[in-house]
Formats: sequence, structure tokens, C-alpha cells
Amino acid sequence: MSESCEITLTVNGVRHQVSVEPRRTLADVLRIDLGLTGTHVGCEHGICGACTVLMDDQPVRACLVFGVQADGSSIRTVEGLAANGELTDLQQAFSRHHALQCGFCTPGFLMLAEGYLAETPAPDRVAVREMVSANLCRCTGYQGIVDAIVDVAEQRFHERPI
Amino acid sequence: MATASSARQSQQWVGQPLQRREDSRFLRGTGRYTDDVPHAFALHVAFVRSPIAFGVIRSIEVTRALEIPGVVAVLTSADLGHPSLTGFLDRDEFVTTSMPILAHERVRFVGEPIAIVVATDRYIAEDAVEAVACEIDELTAIVTMDDQVPSQIPIHDAAPDGVLVDLRMFTDDELEGVLAASPLVVDETFRSGRLQAAPMEGRGALAEWIDRDDQLVVTVSTQLPHQVRTGIAQALGLVERQVRVIVPDVGGGFGFKAVLGREEVAVAAAARILGRPVRWAEDRLESLTASFQGREQEYTVRAGFTEDGVLTGLAADIRCNVGAYSAFPFTCGLEPIMAATEFLGVYKVPRYASRSRGIASNKPPSNAYRGVSRPQIVMVMEGLMDRAADRLGIDRVEIRRRNTIRPEDFPYTGPNGITYEPGSYLEALELCAAQVQQLGWWQRREEAAPGFIRGIGIANFSERNAYGTATMGLRRMPMTPGFEVAHLTMDASGDVTLTSGTCSAGQGHETTFAQIVADRLGIAPDRIKLRQGDTDLTSFGWGTFAGRSLVIGGGAAAVAARKLATQLKEVAAYLLSVSADDIELSNGNATVRVSGESMSIDDIAKTVHFRSHLLPAREEYLLESHGSADPSGMFSNGCHAALVEIDAGTGAVCVLDYLVVEDCGVIVNPLVVDGQVRGGIAQGIGSTLYEEAEYSSDGQPLAGSFMSYLVPTAAEMPPIAIHHLETPCYQTETGVKGMGEAGTIGAPAVILSALNDALRSRGAWLEHVPVTPADMQQLLALPIETESS
Repeated sequence: MSESCEITLTVNGVRHQVSVEPRRTLADVLRIDLGLTGTHVGCEHGICGACTVLMDDQPVRACLVFGVQADGSSIRTVEGLAANGELTDLQQAFSRHHALQCGFCTPGFLMLAEGYLAETPAPDRVAVREMVSANLCRCTGYQGIVDAIVDVAEQRFHERPI
Repeated sequence: MATASSARQSQQWVGQPLQRREDSRFLRGTGRYTDDVPHAFALHVAFVRSPIAFGVIRSIEVTRALEIPGVVAVLTSADLGHPSLTGFLDRDEFVTTSMPILAHERVRFVGEPIAIVVATDRYIAEDAVEAVACEIDELTAIVTMDDQVPSQIPIHDAAPDGVLVDLRMFTDDELEGVLAASPLVVDETFRSGRLQAAPMEGRGALAEWIDRDDQLVVTVSTQLPHQVRTGIAQALGLVERQVRVIVPDVGGGFGFKAVLGREEVAVAAAARILGRPVRWAEDRLESLTASFQGREQEYTVRAGFTEDGVLTGLAADIRCNVGAYSAFPFTCGLEPIMAATEFLGVYKVPRYASRSRGIASNKPPSNAYRGVSRPQIVMVMEGLMDRAADRLGIDRVEIRRRNTIRPEDFPYTGPNGITYEPGSYLEALELCAAQVQQLGWWQRREEAAPGFIRGIGIANFSERNAYGTATMGLRRMPMTPGFEVAHLTMDASGDVTLTSGTCSAGQGHETTFAQIVADRLGIAPDRIKLRQGDTDLTSFGWGTFAGRSLVIGGGAAAVAARKLATQLKEVAAYLLSVSADDIELSNGNATVRVSGESMSIDDIAKTVHFRSHLLPAREEYLLESHGSADPSGMFSNGCHAALVEIDAGTGAVCVLDYLVVEDCGVIVNPLVVDGQVRGGIAQGIGSTLYEEAEYSSDGQPLAGSFMSYLVPTAAEMPPIAIHHLETPCYQTETGVKGMGEAGTIGAPAVILSALNDALRSRGAWLEHVPVTPADMQQLLALPIETESS
């Protein structure tokens, strides 16, 4: 197709230089070029949110961002969450509340919620439900996902440094 | 030290809400779905698909596509040797047709694969698709079940009238007389829209010929590993041993993957022909418009009632729009058979007759989708109850009470020839009605704000599941599903590997199967690893569908575990110089009941493997067992209630609250059961209010993305309260009944019932799903009548 471009990405704290075609999506860069297959592709048109990652701390659909647009940015993916091996509070809450079944959409919900909670430390249940409605899950009916995020939001709020 | 006080299976682990063993990898992003499986050298596939619904192929020109750098091959049906799949029933009422792997001579729906493009990367493969030119003479599309175009060739030559299956399984000469003599006959036509199961992971395949093993290894996202093996072997002229099907994590199935798709076979064929690894990942457009759909059905029913609201008889004419082909292996007879056979649900109907047809159209083939026809038949039966209640001035719960199969009726055999094992049909109804009362829903119904109206729905139903050989044999498929086998091996460290031919798509089998085995071996569930989804690793099985896995697969595992426990006890008894009957397995130890003397199960395992000189010579040296199970099939049951609100201005519907009473026999893991119930209801609500795979009059799909195919989000979901009843199943060792589909089955009936309750004052009556805001606005424009009941 067209000529490749050199881009630099920091993914989960690690710098990568990748040569990509301008039309290559960030999702494909992460999955195919960097082997980070935890980010899943569910619709490729920005609705389902399975591919949600944090780009400079903001949730983005990795299927709607081209790799070249992410040049110079810092990306967090699901693989970066339990960096020290132990599941994070949010991951543990997802398991506790049975917020996942097939697990395909789960990385997207985790990254969406991490991005959201970083900006909105004390959301109420209605706000969480509204935020969760950004992504699609076909297995759970969402109740567990909402419960898990509300649980973690409360926990983090009470444990916040004062 | 605890001693067993009875022979009853101790349940230390069954019944516990254990967090799932699968969760860790899914939460870390280290789960592995088909498209995540790495392969450095795999070529990528994109399909050339038909842009029109019905036509005759004149030519396929691939030269320009082959000139694109990176394109390796463009293969047509002829290049593959015209392989096909045939899903058929051995019945006179069934017209056998085949589904070519790639369209041959005719195209029969928009999106039908015509050629497979193989390239070094998917972007290039998609470029090349654009460069393939197909010349197709367009014919008039058959879209609805009433479309007829006698002047042109039929969809299939073997079925000139378009009817692929026409079943009259139930007849009753007395029925017409009974209906004529009934004080009330409710005569209605119910319809349901075409749906797509829409698992978040689409289909996918990675295929490679491995010369050393003389095998085509196909990684595929499916619910049916062994049936996919059979289908690929048949289509490509291989013996079963030459195809190894590997199923990694599956991102949702819901019946959508209880099938072998033509694309998977095409990928396998391309890998075989090219001698190179080939992979394909379905995109959402393909998934929504070119895979499998279901549920487009119409029921014309006449139900007789006495003045007291007791059913006297029921006649049904059922039509299912089965699309362009008969899917392998469950066939286009799946929906019609299920609808006719299980129509009567939890109700006593003295006389019953039905005709049930599958009608071809220029749409993608229908296949199983969670619940298969049960969401429709429950919607129809509950709609009849509501209608009769209104006409006769009987309370809606009361009329159900009068018709429901009662505890003293079990075992009950209906006019459909099915014998129902005990269930809590009446108890579920009473508990649900009592809860609605107790929670103040009737008051909340009256408290709608100005401009809003509210209604309460109720649906009492059963879900037949875990169909064994005896029941499936009646369908007359060339392959009769039913039994499962399980193999257990304890290794030298005392850990256990369990294999099963079932195949999880998110149901949590690794956790629940381990809970069943753990109780029988006296070890912790995390010492038991379930392996599924590899036809070389598991002997044989029928996969996962229709609530069968934990019942039949788990039932087989229970039998195998009981046998392995006996082996462990025999070794321990020899080493401890007691009788095997005196040994109890618990908490990781084999303990002598009276003396309390014990040895660890780990030590038994080590001794058997490494120090067998300490043991007497015996027939079987290792710790291995197998078990099998084949129940005929059973009924779970439940009762749902919903409180809905309609915005009289916009016609928008909001489900405010939802209540479930369910009975799936013995619950292995309440967390998993509740998750299945809630997730099922979400799909049921979707199919009632939002989702439809709509088509234009010329057969063009109108729902090709998640912007037009509206899967419910969190914003559309009500809070769902769940109450459990437990009527153990007597067909298996575990007492478990299936439960994966109940949520999806009950939701359309209960939402429709609630909407009709809300609309009663308008004299409006709904008998189709999905109910759109446009439908609602039309009904709300009707004048308000004085409330009569």
C-alpha cells in the first residue's frame, strides 16, 4: 500500500519503535506488532469498546485510532494492570462480583473504568451505570460490572490519602 | 476427625459461590481467543461476498486481485473442488439441500462467500477483495415468508414452494370439535423478529497442515469441537484422525457457534491446498449479516378455554424463516421441531395439534440461538393466558394457576408425548406473585408520573435442556447427539486432569466441573484442571449447547470421579492394611474412619507412580478413570415478573424492575447461575425492545453494525432480583439441571405481558417482538378507554 512511518510508543512503561502503514489501527499495532493480544477487537467501528485502552490516561477505542496518531503517546493496556503479578483491586472486584463470563470484553471495561475512576473518584451508582453503558458486554447483563466498579470506587475513596 | 454419617455425597464444594478459576487470565488479558493465537507465518483471509440477495453467477474475475503485491491466492468453489456441507434430517417431511462452502452457480443471500482471498496481511486481503469482479444476474429476492415469485427459479430446486421442512408431528381428530364447543377461543397471530446472537468475539479460524502428524490442525471458535472435526473431514475428504480441532477461549457462543460455518471450512481448505498456514477473523459486518441468524417466526394459534379459564385445546400453525441454507449439523428443522414439540410449556393442554414449517428465504441461514424457539413459544403461551384472562375477567396469575401442571401431576405426560419430571411450576408462580405483592409493585404501577404509563408482566415457563441420546434420536439427524464421557487422570503430584467433550464459551466450566469432582475425591477444586476444546486431547463429545454441559458433561465427570475415588481408597486400604470401605476421602487425605489413621492423597499418587513396587500387581496401574452420562433430558423452570414504564410522549420503554424465580435443580455455583440468568435476560430484553436483523424488500441487510443492531447497554438493564427453588434432577448423579437459556426464554414473554398490561387502557394489544418506539407511538395514539380490570 503506502509507505510505512516510524512511530514511537510507550506501552505499559516500555518504549517501542514500530514501522507502520498510515492506515494501520492502534489495535493492530498493539495486537500484531507488539503481541499484546489482551486488547480485543469486537466491532472495528468504535461501538463495543472491547479494544478500549488508555492513551495518555484517556480511554480511547484502539480500533478508531491509527497507530500514527498514537506516535509519541503513552499507552496503557490490560497487560499493564497487574504489573507486579497481583491482580489490582478492580480486577479482584470483577472476579468477586462475577463481572465477566467469556472475558472477551473484559479488558475494555477494565481500562474504561480505570480511566474513569482516575478522573471521577467518588461516582454514584447512576453515574457508573452511565459510564459502563459506553461499552458492550453480551454475557453478564452488566449488573456485576456496575457492582464491581461501585465497590472499588467506594474502597478507593475511603482509602485515599487525606 | 470428621466421619461420613451417610452414604449421601458430601457437598463441601458444590453449592459454593467460588470465584472462577478462569477469571485470572481473562482479567490479565492473557486469555487466548482464536485470533490471539500467535503464528508467525500465517497468511490472512478476506472473503469476496455477494452484494445481492439472489442471483445466478455468470463469472468471477480474479486477475486484477492476483496482481496486487502480497496476494497469494484467490480461490473459488471450483478451486476447492466444490466442497459443501449438508445438514439434513432423515424424515419424509424434510427436503435435503446442501450449502456449498463457496457459492456455486447461485448466490442466495447478501454476504454469501463467493471467493476466498489469501494474502500476507489482512489489509492487503481486503484490498484484493475490492479487485475481484463478479458478474451476477440478479433475481427477485424472497425476503419474507409470504414472498412468492412463481415466474423465476426457486431458491433451491428441490423445494419449488420454498418449504424446506413441513412437520405435522402432532395431530388430534377431536381438536376442532373441542375448540368449536369451547366458550372462548383466543385466535391470534404472534411474530418475532430476526435476530443475531452477537457474541463479542466473532467467528475465526487458523488452519495449518502438519505433515508429521498427517493432520490438518484447525483452531476455531466453536461450541462443537468434534462436530466441526466431522464436518471439515467430510467436506475435505479426510478421515476424522486427519483433522485436529483446537478451541481456545471462546468469546461467547449463545448457539451462534453451535454450528460449522462455511468460512471455517474454506480456511481449512485453503491451508490444505496452499500448504501454508491461513487465518481468518470475522469482522462485525460479516458476523451480523453473513453468518447465522434466527428467531424470525410466526405463530397462528387458536386456543380454547372454558368459562373458568381452563385450556381445552390448542391448534398452532408455526412458520420459521430459516434463511437460504440448512446449517450443519442441527439443520433448518431445528426451530420448527423445537417450537412444535415444546409448545405447551408448563401448562396442561388436553388436546393439541400443530403444523410447523421451515421456509427458505434469501437471508443468512438460521441456526441455534440461546433458547431456540422457546422464547417464542413462551411468549405465545403467556400471551394466550393474558388474552384469555382479559376476555374472561380472570386475574392473570389465577388463570395461570388454573392451567399449570401441579405437583401431584408429576410425572406428567402431555399430548406432545413428553413426560415431565418434577418441577416447581406452581411454587415458582406463587412465589413470584407473592414477591410482586410484597415489593409493592402494584402500588408502583399506579405511581407513574404524568405522561408515563406502567404495567406489570408475568411469565411462567419451563426450559427443556440436556437432551440425551433417547430424545435427540427422535429428531433423526444423521448424527445423534446426547451422551458425554469424561476422563480423569491423577498425576504423580496428586493433581487431577479432567477432559470433556463439552466446550465452554464463558460459562465457567473449569470452576464448576472442578467443584463436582472435588467433592468426590476429597481434594480442593484448584487441584483439578479441566481440559476441553481439543479433539486430540478429549476422546469425543457433543460440545456445549442447550444447557447440557454441566448436566451431562458434569454428570460424566461425577461418575469418573466416583470411580477414581474407589481406586484411591483401594490403594490407601492396602497401604494402611484396612478395608477400602473404611476409608474416607476428604481434605486431601485418605482417612480410616474408626482409627483416624490417614495418609495424604498426594502420597497415594506418588506411591502409585513412583513406588509401585510397594503395591500388589493389579490390572490397572495408574490412577485413571472414565465415566459417561446420558440422561434423556429434563425441564428446568422459572417464573419472571417485570415492571415497565412507557413514555407516552416518545413511546420509549424502560424496564424499571425485574424479578426471577428459577429452579435448575442442584446449584453447583450460585455466582455462575445468577450470572447466566442475568445475562440471558439482557439478551431477552434486547430481542424484545431493541434488536432486529432487518432487511430491505430486496434483501439488503439494514443492520450491519452495532449502530443499527442494538445490543442492550448497561443503561437499558433493570436491576434483577433472583430467587432460587431447588427440585433436584433424578436423571443424573449430581441432581443438576441445565440453566443457561432460561433468562433469554422468559424475558420476551414477561416484557410483552407488562407492555400489554400498561396498554390495556388504550385497548391496545401487542403480539410481536421487537416492540419499537414507532409501534408504541402508534398504539399510544389510540383513545384511552376506561380501565375495566
